[in-house]
Amino acid sequence: MNLEELKKIREKAQKDVELRQKQARIRIVVGMGTSGIAAGARDVLKTFVEEVGKRNLTDVIVTQTGEKGLASQEPMVEIFEESKPVVVYGNIDPEKARRVVVEHVVNGQPVSEFAI
Amino acid sequence: MMEDISSHIMDIVMNSVTAGAKHISIAVEKDPGTSVMSLTISDDGSGMDAEMARKVQDPFFSTKTGRKVGLGVPLLKGTAETTGGSFTLTSAKGVGTKIMATFDSRHPDLPPLGNIRDTFFVLIASHPEIDFNLRYSVDGKDFLLDIAEWRKELDGVPLNHPEVIGFLSNYLDEHL
Repeated sequence: MNLEELKKIREKAQKDVELRQKQARIRIVVGMGTSGIAAGARDVLKTFVEEVGKRNLTDVIVTQTGEKGLASQEPMVEIFEESKPVVVYGNIDPEKARRVVVEHVVNGQPVSEFAI
Repeated sequence: MMEDISSHIMDIVMNSVTAGAKHISIAVEKDPGTSVMSLTISDDGSGMDAEMARKVQDPFFSTKTGRKVGLGVPLLKGTAETTGGSFTLTSAKGVGTKIMATFDSRHPDLPPLGNIRDTFFVLIASHPEIDFNLRYSVDGKDFLLDIAEWRKELDGVPLNHPEVIGFLSNYLDEHL
């Protein structure tokens, strides 16, 4: 693993970059305020980032936000999808996060049992 | 309470992100000669005036309406001060903020370091626009990562591209 390899990645990735910047199909936002972090939000965020990487979801962006003001439901995750209402999930853990990726992000079916 | 130091880092750095920082440095260092461990986080975010800098260290104060700074600062301060260490926060409006906490690594109440690797990983991957400068030198290990260098190599490919995320993950596993 060195910077030479980064160059190779650049060459491979450059072609779909333009596409990605124009139209991130889905934005996954993980609440990372103090209470979210204390409730395990970092591992949830890590799971989303890894899944997006592993599945090569070039049109999905994972990001984070601060305090959501609903500490009892942390870790919380919002899924923003173009022309669809935002879906908010509560009490998410890494296993649930993987289900959200498969069922909601990939297959377009929100996981209603985790929604709040 | 934060269960480990790496969660403290995550929390403090979120303040830097909220403050609009473009460059964030994080250093975790342990002096091999003494038992002192230090955590330094500095950013070029919006910064605070003296009164605000004092208030964010107070656990009973928050900047809500739309709370911008959570309990992260007083929690870290508490951990440092109850484990024989020190805490300083310096900030200037329009310049940025620097937080330095030291700990006595032998103190029985010092929380474990936790998973520094995961904290670095998620910070970089979920903030592709920020130049992180990361240093971890503890117990003979000396890890340095300057994301600005990566950004230059990547020439427009974002840090959160799936291929780059995979590279980052492997890189941290190998070097950190």
